[in-house]
Amino acid sequence: MPRAILYDSTLCIGCRACEGACAERWGLPYNDTIANEERISAHKLTTIETHGDKFVRRLCMNCLQPACASVCPVGALQKTRLGPVTYDASKCMGCRYCMQACPFQVPTYEWSSRLPRMRKCDMCFERQSRGQLTACAEACPVGATKNGERDELVAEARQRIAEKPDQYYRKVYGLTEVGGTSVLYLSAVPFEQIGLRTNVPQEPLPMLTWRVLELLPDVVSTGSVLLGGIWWITNRRAEVARAEGRNTGPKGRK
Amino acid sequence: MMIGKLPKITVWRAVFAAIMLSGLYATWLRVFYGLGGSTNLSDKFPWGLWIGFDVMCGVALAAGGFTLVATVHIFNLRKYHPVLRPAILTAFLGYILVAVGLMYDLGRPDRIWHPIVMWNPHSVMFEVAWCVILYTNVLFLEFIPIVFEKLGWHKPMEWVHRISVPLMILGVLLSTLHQSSLGTLFLIVPEKLYPLWYTPILPLLFFVSAIAVGLAMTIFESWHSSRAFGRALELPLLASLARVLAVVMSVYLWIRFLDLFHRDAFALLTRNRTETWLFLLEMALLVAPTVLLYQARIRRSPGALYACAVMVVFGIVANRLNVGITGIEAGSGTHYIPKWSEVAITLSLVAVGFAIFRVIGQYFPIFEAHSSEDAAAEMEETEADPVAVG
Repeated sequence: MPRAILYDSTLCIGCRACEGACAERWGLPYNDTIANEERISAHKLTTIETHGDKFVRRLCMNCLQPACASVCPVGALQKTRLGPVTYDASKCMGCRYCMQACPFQVPTYEWSSRLPRMRKCDMCFERQSRGQLTACAEACPVGATKNGERDELVAEARQRIAEKPDQYYRKVYGLTEVGGTSVLYLSAVPFEQIGLRTNVPQEPLPMLTWRVLELLPDVVSTGSVLLGGIWWITNRRAEVARAEGRNTGPKGRK
Repeated sequence: MMIGKLPKITVWRAVFAAIMLSGLYATWLRVFYGLGGSTNLSDKFPWGLWIGFDVMCGVALAAGGFTLVATVHIFNLRKYHPVLRPAILTAFLGYILVAVGLMYDLGRPDRIWHPIVMWNPHSVMFEVAWCVILYTNVLFLEFIPIVFEKLGWHKPMEWVHRISVPLMILGVLLSTLHQSSLGTLFLIVPEKLYPLWYTPILPLLFFVSAIAVGLAMTIFESWHSSRAFGRALELPLLASLARVLAVVMSVYLWIRFLDLFHRDAFALLTRNRTETWLFLLEMALLVAPTVLLYQARIRRSPGALYACAVMVVFGIVANRLNVGITGIEAGSGTHYIPKWSEVAITLSLVAVGFAIFRVIGQYFPIFEAHSSEDAAAEMEETEADPVAVG
C-alpha cells in the first residue's frame, strides 16, 4: 500500500523540528539563518511558512502521477510503488524540465555548483523502505505531520473534519489535486489563504503530453506512407515526361 | 568597389569581435561559476533565454531545411532547387548551434548523451532529444554531398545518393515530430502558461509556424547572400515562395483565431497586462506580412519582400519567446530578465552562425550556377514555367 504524509496546519505550532530533522537526514547544514528562509531551496527541502497566525509546511507532494517523473528525459525521477518520487542524480543531465513541469514548483537546483543536482524531498524513501517513519513525522512533537498508509490517512483526515467541523475548512488538499498527491493538507482556512495553489488541474498532468506523444507511431507510419506515396507519384510524373522527351524544368535530376 | 566595401566589413568585424569576446567571457563565467554565476535563472524560473531563444527559436528558424527538401524532392517542385542548398546549410548550422546552446544550458553538459541510453518514452524531451540527434545526422548526410562535390569525390556521393529518398522522408518525419513536440513540451504547464498561448493544439501551431518561418528564413538568407556574394537575387523564385508563405501564414493565423475563439480567450485582450501587449505585438508582426504578401507589388520588390520575411521571422521568434519565457512569468510568480552573459552567449551563437554560413557559402558550391547572367536566364525560364506562376 502506498505511503503518504498528512499535514494538519491547525495542529502545527511552527517549531520547525521537521526542518531540522529533514536537514539532518539529507546531511544539509541547518542554523537560525536557514530556519528563517521560509522557502524550499537546494539546501532546504522542507520549510514552514508563516501566513499571519497560521503555519503551513512545504515539501514535495510526491504526486500519485507525477509530472516530473513523466517529463524526465532520462528517467532520473521515478514514482515508487511505496509512494515516494525518487531521484537518481547520476542519471540527471540537468535539463530542469522537472522544475518547469512541477505544478507546485517543488524541485530546486544547485545553481551555484559546477556539477549541479536537482534537489527535492523524496518522502524519506530509504527510511520508509526499512519500515521507519519519515524524519519529519518522527520529529514532529505535536503530530501535525503524520506518516502512514495513504488510505488510512485520508480516512483520518475526513474523520478529523467530521469531528470538529468548526475548526476545519471542509476539504482535504491533495485528494484530487493533479490527480491526487501523497502529501495531504488540512487547514482551518481556505487553502489559498495559506499559500497552497488551488488553480492546479484536478486531472493528472502527464496525460496532457501523453495524449499527443501516443500519436507518434501513427504519425510516423502514416507520414512515411504519405510522403513515400507523394514522392512516387510526383517522380513518376517527371519520369513519364522525360520518357516522352519533354523538359521538366531547370533542374531535372538524373 | 573595394574601397567602398572595406570600411563596412571592418565595422561588422569589430561588432563580431566584440560579440565573440563577450561570449568568451560569458563562457568562462558559465564554466567556472555555473548556471548561478552566468544566468538569472531561479528555482521558480528554470528555463530562460537559452531554451526560449537558442533552442526553441533555433530549431524553428532551421525549419527551412525540411520544408525545402519536401518541396523540391518529395513534391518534386524542381524550380525551387536553387534555394535548397542554402536552406539545408542553414538547417545544419542551426541544429549544431542548438546543440551548442544546449551545452550551455544543461546543468551537466557532460551527460548530454544520456537520453541515448537512458530511456523514458513518456517524456516529450526524450522524444525531442532523439529526433534532434537523428535529424542532425540526416542533415549531415544531406549536406555532405556539397562537400563531396567540392572535392570531386564521386563515389561517396553516389552512396549518399542511393539512400537519399528514404533519408529525405526520414528527415521530414523527424522534423514534423520535433517541431511540433517543442510545443508539446508546454502542454504540461497549463497553470503556468498564460491562456493566450496555452492551448491543447500547441503542437499543431508549432508545426505550421515552423513551415512558415522556414520559408521566411529561405527568403531572408537568399536576400543576404545575394548581397554578401554579389550575386543576383532569384526574385521570381522568391516571389512564388512568398506566395506559399502568405498561404501558410493565413492557415496558421486562421487556426490561431479559431483556437482563441473556441477557448473564449479573446476576452483576455481587454486586460491591461504585459501579456496582452506582447500578444498584440506578436500578432502585428505576423498579420502585417501576411496581408502585404498577398500583393504582387510587394512580392516583386526585393526590399518589401525582405521586410516581410523579417517580420515573419521576428513574429515567430516573438511567439516562441512568449510561449517559452514571457507567457510563463506570471504563472511562475516571478520575474525574469536575462543576465548580460545569457544575452552574450545567444548573440555569439547567432554571430557564429552568420560567420560560418558566409565562409561555407564562399568556399563550397551552395549557390550553384548563379552568376548574374545565369540568373537572368533562370528568371525567364521560371516565368515561362506554368507551375512557377500557378
